[in-house]
This record gives sequence, structure tokens and C-alpha cells, in this order.
Amino acid sequence: MSSREQILAAVKQNQPDLLPLPNVTPFQEITYEDALAQYEAVLTAIGGKMYRVNSMEEVKAIIKGSYNSLEKRVLSLVPELDDIATAAYEINPAAHHLADVELAIISAHFAVAENGSVWVTEELLGHRAVPFICQHLATVVSAKNIEPTMHRAYTRIGAAEYGWGAFIAGPSKTADIEQSLVLGAHGPRSMTVFVLND
Amino acid sequence: MTTETKDHAELAEIFNKDEDRVDWHDETLWWIRAKRDKSVHQLPEWEALREAASGIKHNVLSNLNAYLQEFESAAKANGIIVHWAADAKEHNEIVHGLLAENKVTQMVKSKSMLTEECHLNDYLATHGIEVIDSDLGERIVQLAGEAPSHIVLPCIHKKKEEIGDLFHMYLGTPSNMSDPQFLTETARGSLRETFLTRKVALTGVNFAIAETGEFVVCTNEGNADMGAHLADVHIACMGIEKLIPKREHLGVFLRLLTRSATGQPITTYSSHFKKPRAGQQMHLVLVDNGRSIQLGREDFRNSLKCIRCGACMNTCPVYRRSGGHSYHTAVAGPIGSILAPNLDMRKYADLPFASTLCGSCSNVCPVKIDIHDQLYKWRQVLVKEGYAPTGKKIAMQVMAKTLASPTLYHAAGKMGRLTIKYAPFAVSNKLNPWYKQREMPSSPEQSFGEWYAKNRKK
Ligand code: SF4
Repeated sequence: MSSREQILAAVKQNQPDLLPLPNVTPFQEITYEDALAQYEAVLTAIGGKMYRVNSMEEVKAIIKGSYNSLEKRVLSLVPELDDIATAAYEINPAAHHLADVELAIISAHFAVAENGSVWVTEELLGHRAVPFICQHLATVVSAKNIEPTMHRAYTRIGAAEYGWGAFIAGPSKTADIEQSLVLGAHGPRSMTVFVLND
Repeated sequence: MTTETKDHAELAEIFNKDEDRVDWHDETLWWIRAKRDKSVHQLPEWEALREAASGIKHNVLSNLNAYLQEFESAAKANGIIVHWAADAKEHNEIVHGLLAENKVTQMVKSKSMLTEECHLNDYLATHGIEVIDSDLGERIVQLAGEAPSHIVLPCIHKKKEEIGDLFHMYLGTPSNMSDPQFLTETARGSLRETFLTRKVALTGVNFAIAETGEFVVCTNEGNADMGAHLADVHIACMGIEKLIPKREHLGVFLRLLTRSATGQPITTYSSHFKKPRAGQQMHLVLVDNGRSIQLGREDFRNSLKCIRCGACMNTCPVYRRSGGHSYHTAVAGPIGSILAPNLDMRKYADLPFASTLCGSCSNVCPVKIDIHDQLYKWRQVLVKEGYAPTGKKIAMQVMAKTLASPTLYHAAGKMGRLTIKYAPFAVSNKLNPWYKQREMPSSPEQSFGEWYAKNRKK
């Protein structure tokens, strides 16, 4: 008997009688009076930064204030922001060619108010490594797309097809050395979210 | 390991020699527990969430056979190669086989308590394979030649000066440099090189979805993703109990996991791996290693609901003051003390006794495992099967007799109080393990029973 058959048989033999699956839909009712204010408060608390902007021009101005794309590599996955990026981004490069990216700008499907995260899938990134290998990460999300909780986030994702997706909440961090919080563990040292009124 | 011959009490004694460190360890973990409370109190629906999570896990365990098959076929349809390992040995052989097939002798690994349970690193080392742990805490204990002492905070027992010394020795930092920011930056630089040069990356799994065949990995550092997205081969290893039925259930579990663990609202990264990226191989190893046996033990089955948040350790008065290594098993603390005897009753017979049964663990557990009840039940099983540590056995017999007889109980209490009052040295001696590194409390003049008898008449 293969291990597969052996494990499945043992599990079948030992599992108790079927117990019902709880209904989790009532949790979808949970909301915030001001989801955007909640989002900003949580994102700030976990080390991120949020800007409310009215146009992509505003985003460009803010980014240009901190990053010079002639000196350090700025990568844009948001077509409207291509002119502040260093060079045109080749689709599906070897991830290793991304090692020198200072700032990556990506768009996100939606944000989640309760925990400061954004949901991204690989179609938005070109390569899965992009939001990890960059030194800094910036994200653009529409103000219409703020979900209150993870329950609503998954309702929204539904049965969507993707190869890889992630909730990203703030800069990468660690507190492994005596519980002192350090931002920038292996991934980005900062995360900026632009919430676009459109 | 030399620790294998020592039991929890003896190992705790070693840890307790450095009183300042014990106090620091205790306070740090309690601070994390307090952060958990603060975060939890912000959600009015917290108890309903725990109840839902517990119910979902009960359903999973009662239908695991079907969920495993559903998951397997969905994962295969996604292009993931699924392997089954009956035990630790088979798990290690599968991983080694994949490395050999790809002609690779180096691998980067993110946190996986399962691979600790299986002693994968040691096994691979004997086959000439170098593993680099990429979680900062795990890298630190790896450099120190130790095992993680906590499932979420692997080097919680280490002082920054000790970490500075390790980095000085292995990563070339200046001596006496112990600034966490500086040390983290050094590790970041060194591990980035590792991520960029490894062809195979291994990760753990936090949750796997039967319905969709995807699996979710949660980290704050981003190390699992850095490894997996830069490697040609991704190997993910999971215990068979990590399944949940549907994607929507992640809403419940991801809300509970980090709030319970550290008080964060969510980990920085919650990565959903559904298909390998173009040109990548993605392998998933489903591991039993005693889980199907535990599933059959009615009294201990619920321990398989565990989502490895670590809350029961942070809150445990024994764990906080004895340190993770005193449990001499991969998963320490209250939950580890229930899981370990399932694998080897003789070797881990001491662990269910390493508890005050105060119940704090059960109160914080996000999936409502009756942890302290199970510890108590293991004690009974171990005594019955003849595995109980000798000292405990006599104490248990006396206790059983005493508790069974009200007269003896009252007499014992009275004697206990009189002894502490008039002959404290008799309690504070080597025969009483509770006295070690402790001041005994002053005893009340009257017991509650005496007080009640006297005051009732008034
Ligand atoms: S037993 Fe409960 S509290 Fe302890 S690690 Fe598991 S889920 Fe967390």
C-alpha cells in the first residue's frame, strides 16, 4: 500500500462522525463607519504611509519628491506612472534582474480597512518577486475599493482565478532581536499607499 | 542532542540559574500576551470568531479523508506536484530526492515547524546538503547550533549581545555590536545573497484550501516569498491537519492568527500560492507523522485544530519561566506537551506534567482547544500506561487519594499551612521542587473551609 493509501485509510478509520461546517456569512456584515479613516490609522500603526490623492499627477509629484529615477531604479507597473520610472519594464524578466530596484510602484485590486493590507495578484506585478525584492514599495488603489474586513475581502475575491496572490500590509519587518521592531527585514523598507479619489 | 536524556524539570533548572534572564524572558512574553489582549479587545466579534474557527476545524477533522482528496485533485489540476509522507523519515527522503533530482546541494528554507519536527536539516546535512534558514530568528538559532525555542519567536531566549557575538563570529560584524537595527541589516544583506543564488526554496504552509488546491504562507519578513519567487523549485511541506474547506474560511483564520500571536492585525505578507510560475516546479508534501493516530484518540484529537499561533506559550506561567528548550521537542509549551506524547509516550512523559493546569492557554487559544484539560488527561493516560515520571507518580497517587477523601483533604491543607508557618525550611528544601528559585508565600491563618465553618454560624 502506498503512503497515500495508508494515510487516507488511517484518517478515514480514525476521523469522528461528520460535524457541520459553521456558516461564516454573518461576519460579512461587520463594517466601519469610515473605512478609509480606519485603513489609514491601521496602515500608519503598522509602519506604512497613506496619501489621499485626486490624480495620478499628484502621485507623480509625491514620488518625484523622494526618488530620483535617474540615480536609482524606479519600476512602474502602473501605465499612467511610466514617465517617472527608470526604464520600460520588460514583461517576465528573470527575477534576479530586479535586485537593484529601489522603488516599485504597483496597483492593487483593493485595500482592507481592518488590517491595512492591499490585495494583489501576479497579473498586476509582471513577476511575483517584485513587491519583495524592491527596497521600497508604493501602491495605488482606488478609494472606491476599500473593503472593511477580511470576510468581505474574500467575498470579493470569490472564485477568482490566479496563479499567485497576496495581502500585503506595510513594510517587511522583524522583531526577532529582543522584540525590537526593525522595518525592512528581507523585503521593502517602506510601503506607501496612494488612495486615489476617482 | 544531549538534552534528550534530561526531562523538563531538569532542563528548566538549567534555564532558571540565570534569574535575570528568566525575569526578562517572562516579562517579554507577557508583554506580547498583553499586546494580544489589546488587539483582541478591539474586535467585539472575537468570541464568535473563535467559535467559528473551532467549528470549521472540527468539521475538517471529521471529514479529513474527503478534504485531503479534494485538495489533492485541485492542487494537481493547478500544476502542483503532490507527495504523501507517512512519517518524518519519508518526508525527509522526499525532500532529499527532489534536491538530488535537481542536482542541488544548497537550499534556502523559511519557517516550518514541521521540518523541525522531522529534523530535516540534520538529515540533509548528513547527505551533504546545506540548508540556510531565512527567518531572522531561525537563522540566529541556526548559527548558534540550537533549535528554535518558540514556534513564532524562534530566538526569544537570546539576548542581543549574544546575537551580536554570533554575527561577529559568522557574518563579520564588529565585535560588541548589538544594535538590532544594525544586526538585522547585516542579516538582510547576507540572506539577500542567499535568496539570489539558491535554486530550491522550501517553505512551510499555514493553511491549505481543499476547494481550490492553493496554500497560504504567512510571514512578516517576506522571506518565504523571497525564497519561493527566486527559486526554480519550490517545495512546501505541511501536516495533513492544515487543511480548511474553502477560501472564505481564510477570512476567519487570518483575522485570528496574528492577533493571537503578536497582536498584529495581520502578517505583512499572506501569500496565496495556487500555481507554479511559468517554468517553476512547485511541490507539496503532505505529512502524517502521527497525526492520523492522534485523530483516533478521542481525548486528544482536538489538538490537531492548532494553527500554531503561539499564544498558549506566551501566556503560560511555566513556559515563560522555563524557556522553550526545556520542553526538548520541536513544538514547546502547552500545545507541544499534548502533541509530543502522541509520538513517543516514554520520551515525552514529563511534558504534560510541566503545567500548573491554570487554564490560561485554553482561554487564549483562537481555535478553542481545551489545552489544559488535555494535559490533565495525558497525565492519567501516562500514569496508567506506566510512563509517568516517578516523583510525579507518588505525588499523583497521594493527590488522588487526598482529593477523593474530604477528611484527608482538609487535614492535608491544615498540615500544609502549619508547615509553612512553623517550619518553612521543611517546605523550602530540595524535596519540594516548587521552592527552587521561589520564595514561598506566607500562609493564610485559616483555610476557606475553616473560615466558612466559623462564619456560617454567625
Ligand atoms: S494550541 Fe491554540 S493557542 Fe496554542 S499555538 Fe495552537 S492555536 Fe495557538
